[in-house]
Amino acid sequence: MASTARHIISLLMENESGALSRVAGLFSARGYNIESLTVAPTEDPTLSRMTIVTSGSDEVIEQIIKQLNKLIDVVKVLDLNDGKFIERELMLVKVKATGTFREEMKRMCDIFRGRIIDVADGSFTIELTGSGTKLDAFIESLDKSAILETVRTGASGIGRGDRILKV
Amino acid sequence: MKFAMEPGMANSSKQLTGAEILIRCLHEENVEFVFGYPGGAVLHIYDAIFHQDKFKHILVRHEQAALHAADAYSRSTGKVGVALVTSGPGATNAVTGIATAYMDSVPMVIISGQVPTYAIGEDAFQECDTVGITRPCVKHNFLVKDVKDIAATMKKAFYVAASGRPGPVLVDIPKDITAHFCDFDYPETVHLRSYNPVTKGHLGQIKKALKLLTEAKRPMVYSGGGVVLGDASEHLFKLIQSLGLPITSTLMGLGCFPASDPKFLGMLGMHGTYEANMAMQDCDVLLAVGARFDDRVIGNTEHFLSNPRTIIHIDIDPSSISKRVKIDVPIVGDVKSVLADMNELIATEKPKQNTVELASWFKQIEAWRSKKCMNFAQSSELIKPQYVIQKLHEVTKGEAFVTSDVGQHQMWAAQYYKFEKPRRWINSGGLGTMGVGLPYAMGVQLAHPNAQVACVTGEGSIQMNIQELSTCAQYQLPIKVIMLNNRYLGMVRQWQEFFYENRYSESYMDSLPDFVKLAEAYGHVGMQITKPSDVEGALKEAFAMKSRFVFLDFITDQKENVFPMIQNGKGLSEMILAEDL
Ligand SMILES: Cc1ncc(C[n+]2csc(CCOP(=O)(O)OP(=O)(O)O)c2C)c(N)n1
Ligand SMILES: [Mg+2]
Repeated sequence: MASTARHIISLLMENESGALSRVAGLFSARGYNIESLTVAPTEDPTLSRMTIVTSGSDEVIEQIIKQLNKLIDVVKVLDLNDGKFIERELMLVKVKATGTFREEMKRMCDIFRGRIIDVADGSFTIELTGSGTKLDAFIESLDKSAILETVRTGASGIGRGDRILKV
Repeated sequence: MKFAMEPGMANSSKQLTGAEILIRCLHEENVEFVFGYPGGAVLHIYDAIFHQDKFKHILVRHEQAALHAADAYSRSTGKVGVALVTSGPGATNAVTGIATAYMDSVPMVIISGQVPTYAIGEDAFQECDTVGITRPCVKHNFLVKDVKDIAATMKKAFYVAASGRPGPVLVDIPKDITAHFCDFDYPETVHLRSYNPVTKGHLGQIKKALKLLTEAKRPMVYSGGGVVLGDASEHLFKLIQSLGLPITSTLMGLGCFPASDPKFLGMLGMHGTYEANMAMQDCDVLLAVGARFDDRVIGNTEHFLSNPRTIIHIDIDPSSISKRVKIDVPIVGDVKSVLADMNELIATEKPKQNTVELASWFKQIEAWRSKKCMNFAQSSELIKPQYVIQKLHEVTKGEAFVTSDVGQHQMWAAQYYKFEKPRRWINSGGLGTMGVGLPYAMGVQLAHPNAQVACVTGEGSIQMNIQELSTCAQYQLPIKVIMLNNRYLGMVRQWQEFFYENRYSESYMDSLPDFVKLAEAYGHVGMQITKPSDVEGALKEAFAMKSRFVFLDFITDQKENVFPMIQNGKGLSEMILAEDL
């Protein structure tokens, strides 16, 4: 078995109804992994930008890129892993903030450079951005019993410097 | 926007209804035939059809048959096939036909009616998510939400269907849209920023390929359906003649190189010839043209790769390259254009070839060929199915269009009818859809009214679209049905014999109709043939009835198997031959 690696694929597609299901359908029909998928319109409202986090051998990733390019609604595809890139994900975590937890949570939040964006009697809501691994590390470092709820956006990625994905 | 009760009734001098616009689009595309079936959601469209006579509408008896007939019209002519179905059940009945065309990359435009826009999502009568259901089996699909979009969408649909790697495109049109008014303006050109299929191949790669081919000791060419779809047969012929290379073809490529040429080794793959499969396995440089290294073609991939060889692959679809087998020299481009470039290079550079090695390679190939793997034991009692196909070839002088269904009869037709020209062999290779044979023959006969059209089928397959006997009567299609009646789902039975110790689970066909009477009930000619000595005479008699539909029910040897055969999981050189048993 060829070794598998995590890849972040960025793509621009027509901002049309059904375009998302074409991409999602492709992944399920061909049995490719999706770790996360994010999508939103770009500054050009006719285009949407999607970031897909997937994993596979080099051959599988090559096929994924080719199959994505084959979709009529897909305008451009870039495997961010082909060069230098930045990856960010947003997470909101609601944690117990009673008694000793209250100080502890504030301290952890500072260490990870998060922000408390909602304060209630018994809870804080913390906003944290970073790579997926940083967000994982934050969750790991918390007392499990203190976590009330988490929500993550999935990764967004962008190439460094001159690497630009544009029509 | 005004609403018309009657599509004929325009609100101003020049405006047309959506239905009329749709018809005008089909006129602009020079559509000759629309294969369809009416229903509530497409009534405005049918009314507009009533008012025109530029194209002919063919009323089938089941929507699946409309799709297959349009598909075969395309396969036999190279033009885009057009089908029209209503919403809900009309569309779901069409799905098998769409998937069949998709798997074999056939250019088609399918128009489906949809419930009115205001009712979408309300589980309206005959509503289904046609765009959603068909998404995985179309090249692209559209839902038209505004009458102003019909013309541009149709233009895009025809363009996408026919360009690049062809395929079916579906346009779903809600009923209210077909009654709204709008000016008709058919775009002259179409541009899609997200879709720019390549045509020219990379010249550097082409040079590299040519060098490899001319220096090879054991070169081999493997051609597929892409050569037929890309109308590249002549260019392929030229290449093979100038370099003197051995060539095989997939099931889908048959006819793209003349079967009578000594350089042709026959079909390869699961039921391919001994010489083709051995040469494919043993070659040192392989040129794949418009083929996709399908599992039915190369057998066990690891076994195939265990012999080192350099592989050149010409294909219009980048995703076909290195999908199942790693390619050394990929050439993405239109097959015809790439082969033309290659031929030009040969003409200008006159490359030196490894003639001594090539001669000894052909010697080896002749040794394989001398096994005569296609020989079969003739019988004076039972009709051998292979014999029927041989006689069919003789009687039609190898010039017929042959459609087939799916099963043993399909393989025998492929093996024993020697195709000399492309677009003459029409079958479902990718999806393997039983029931295509008769509707395929309809599409072909309509496209080629004076040609001999034979539908080779089995008693299982023919019953999957037997209702089309009625369509054939309505349009007086002089098709000849060649049914190899073995009273078994023969291909299933063969696998059960080999892999399930003769446990023939549900593969025997009982309670067959009297096919002669059935054909006659529709006004056709029916014949039953039970003796080998009557085979030739019956075929001659049938083909002499130039204007009649003739149904020939050949009662064949029940236990005959298709050989050679590569069992599942085995490699190309591990064939079972008839003589081994
Ligand atoms: C729609 C569909 N259902 C099932 C199959 C599986 N199948 C492949 S061949 C075959 C038997 C076909 O029987 P028949 O038409 O009598 O042809 P024969 O093999 O006997 O020549 C079956 C059931 C199929 N290919 N298509
Ligand atoms: Mg049968």
